[in-house]
Amino acid sequence: MTETCRAAIIGGNRIPFARQFGPYAEASNQDMLTAALEGLIARYGLVGERVGEVVAGAVVKHSRDFNLTRESVLGSSLAPTTPAYDIQQACGTGLEAAILVANKIRLGQIDSGIAGGVDTSSDAPITVRESLRRKLLRVNRGKSPVEMATRLLALRPGDLGIEIPANSEPRTGLSMGEHMAQTARRWAISREAQDELAMMSHHNLARAYDEGFFDDLVTSYLGLSRDQNLRPDSSMAKLSALKPAFGKGDHATMTAGNSTPLTDGASVVLLASEQWAAEHGLTVQAFFVDGESAAIDYVHGDEGLLMAPAYAVPRLLARQGLSLQDFDYYEIHEAFAATVLSTLKAWEDEEFCTTRLGLPGPLGSIDRSRLNVNGSSLAAGHPFAATGGRIVASLAKMLHAKGPGSRGLISICAAGGQGVVAILEGA
Amino acid sequence: MAFSYGGFVNSGVGKFLASNLGLPRPTRLRRHTPGESLVPGAVFVDGFGEAPLAAQVRGVLEGAGVQLATVPSTSVVAAVLDLSKVRSPADLDIVRTSLGPALKTLAPTGRVVILGRPVAGAVDVAQAAGRRALEGIVRSIGKELRGGGTANLVLVAEGADDALEGTLRFLLSGRSAYVSGQVFHLAEPVAPVQAPADWDAPLAGKVAVVTGAARGIGAAIASTLARDGATVVCVDVPSASGPLAEVANSLGGSALALDVTSADAGTRIVEHTQSRHGGFDIVVHNAGITRDKLLANIDADRWASVLEVNLGSILVMNQVLVPAIAEGGHIVNVASIAGIAGNRGQTNYAASKAGVIGMTAALAQDPTVRAKGVTVNAVAPGFIETEMTAKVPLATREVGRLMNSLSQGGLPVDVAETIGYFAWDANRAVTGTTVRVCGQMLLGA
Repeated sequence: MTETCRAAIIGGNRIPFARQFGPYAEASNQDMLTAALEGLIARYGLVGERVGEVVAGAVVKHSRDFNLTRESVLGSSLAPTTPAYDIQQACGTGLEAAILVANKIRLGQIDSGIAGGVDTSSDAPITVRESLRRKLLRVNRGKSPVEMATRLLALRPGDLGIEIPANSEPRTGLSMGEHMAQTARRWAISREAQDELAMMSHHNLARAYDEGFFDDLVTSYLGLSRDQNLRPDSSMAKLSALKPAFGKGDHATMTAGNSTPLTDGASVVLLASEQWAAEHGLTVQAFFVDGESAAIDYVHGDEGLLMAPAYAVPRLLARQGLSLQDFDYYEIHEAFAATVLSTLKAWEDEEFCTTRLGLPGPLGSIDRSRLNVNGSSLAAGHPFAATGGRIVASLAKMLHAKGPGSRGLISICAAGGQGVVAILEGA
Repeated sequence: MAFSYGGFVNSGVGKFLASNLGLPRPTRLRRHTPGESLVPGAVFVDGFGEAPLAAQVRGVLEGAGVQLATVPSTSVVAAVLDLSKVRSPADLDIVRTSLGPALKTLAPTGRVVILGRPVAGAVDVAQAAGRRALEGIVRSIGKELRGGGTANLVLVAEGADDALEGTLRFLLSGRSAYVSGQVFHLAEPVAPVQAPADWDAPLAGKVAVVTGAARGIGAAIASTLARDGATVVCVDVPSASGPLAEVANSLGGSALALDVTSADAGTRIVEHTQSRHGGFDIVVHNAGITRDKLLANIDADRWASVLEVNLGSILVMNQVLVPAIAEGGHIVNVASIAGIAGNRGQTNYAASKAGVIGMTAALAQDPTVRAKGVTVNAVAPGFIETEMTAKVPLATREVGRLMNSLSQGGLPVDVAETIGYFAWDANRAVTGTTVRVCGQMLLGA
């Protein structure tokens, strides 16, 4: 690819993440995405600005939200002439949106763009049972009242009932936690290691808030100014007292404490060409270097559902000529503590790296003090599509503080056996 | 809906009761609307002796297309009296003979502006007495006026005559709706006095920083400065960043979430304004908190937090903001009537706000500040209708509302207008002063 310019990350904004049925229980995806945009617009003085495009999405989405991002733009203070489109790649949505915007900027197709994501686990769409839906559509097609009434008679008690989106894989029927439990067992991830990672996530996030790290990353919303799930006083004693939520018997190591809760929230990131940033008097925090996605076969193959990032990262490293150790910060999304630990263990495993990744040897260990240093999803929560924007904006700020040339790696697992990863460089 | 005395006595049975019982009935005040003429009628201008300032006033008014009146009539909405040439108390009789009849016919929401010279510049004791007498006159007229009228005194030092226009326009206009019984001091300007190209956009091209801008008076300050042409950087604590973003976006400004007590607050404001706008011209220190408790019961945290947020943070931030502010810029602090009169349960708050008044006067005289041509002033709001005062118990609230010459609480925009006035380049003769925006409240008067 011939690059005409680099994709600069100016900064981001999110609303604090709320627990399911918490303060955002009645906020729609559009409400939250608009709020996240408004905070970004205010921070960077973008009122009336026509941005190249806005790309965002939601995993759990109402059918009426077919144009969610565009509708959010129209409800925001951006120029109404700002185009927008929706994407969806499960929990990789937010990061994939950033990759898309960055690529267009690098190609010179746009000079600025906003990437983001939003999800609600509270204001969920409800659908009717499939048989009922088909019969009702048939009734609706009726040409006369009599024909419609006749078709109504085809309804049976078994057709009644509603379906709420579930956090499970359509092809296996297993929940994500159950899938993860299989992987955790396979990599022999201990309960203690998972609890420790969860505790560190809470402690790191709390410290970051106390230090004011999120002052220019988060905009308060509906009375919340910090992530509701955050427990600054999280401890091994408290975490180890929790009962397992996934898995069976001695191998049940995953609890509500070391798994992310269902949450509501939204995040957005402002990207631009360096020229656009300079013209607007905005500081470039980092550059979006490259992104990669991967998918694994968890249905018929024997790979774990959330292990795709383990495959995506080595491909990205090879393309960029980097080793796993060439990074100042690692942001590995904590879908579950076991996800992070399994991924790290796989990269340290010679057999996995040689046979599955086709590498000459293991990728090796990372310096754990560089991992999720300002907390991650276990503490902040994980509104699926909003996690990518949260991570990109936070990492960009950290890299800017670290200085030009510093590097950060992002790894996000997603439903359907997918993974989206990216590399940022400090400016 | 909360009971409102003002609403009650101005409607139906309330109106009947009020007029028969002799209860005060608040008038809807005349407030500034861009595009409207300076005053809705003629202005009666008179003066003692050769009255040099009256000549200035006539020039300004003619330039503004305002009709001048030579005799009092019901079409007169303002009276301006130049008493700069008063030599002794004996010369004050003109107040009775000239202003007296004018007050009889002054239209509602009228304005009385008396012009004089500073007492300190008097040549002898008799002149000093005559000059000081003007304060008593103005304050009494403020209390005699009905129908939302105000009376203010402007003391113009020798050499500051050419700087009168900004203050005159402010006092005659709706911008000073809730300012009454006040003394405005015009000294030798600290930088060239510059009239704006458009008096409806006196802050055009300026960059202003407003702290505590997420709600209440701060939000009104931000929107008023923006209305008058400024680009506004809105600052407030991270926990208020949502409302802050709404304010910033509503006026096309930007939001900067930070705690004014954080060590790098000033630096971050400077960096933000430098990178976005190349600097700033105006800073309004409005952020403030209350933690009320009787002195006998107050704990260390309540005491310290109020002093730190309301006063200490400004001193610390100014160490970085003063060197960074543009030449000829303006610093405006928000004090409080409590800093003048004191208030039960508010020793900490009153200390901080009285401190703001002292800091304002001292900083204005600072050699580096004067050398930069920067003005430093403060407003001291009285009872202002905000979310905060709406929570005050009914009886206390109504007393607060009525204990002033205008028989009503002020609006946040009234405070904002006076802050805007201090930020005009036309008002570089005004520095080191504190003006009350209190409708001539009885407290501390």
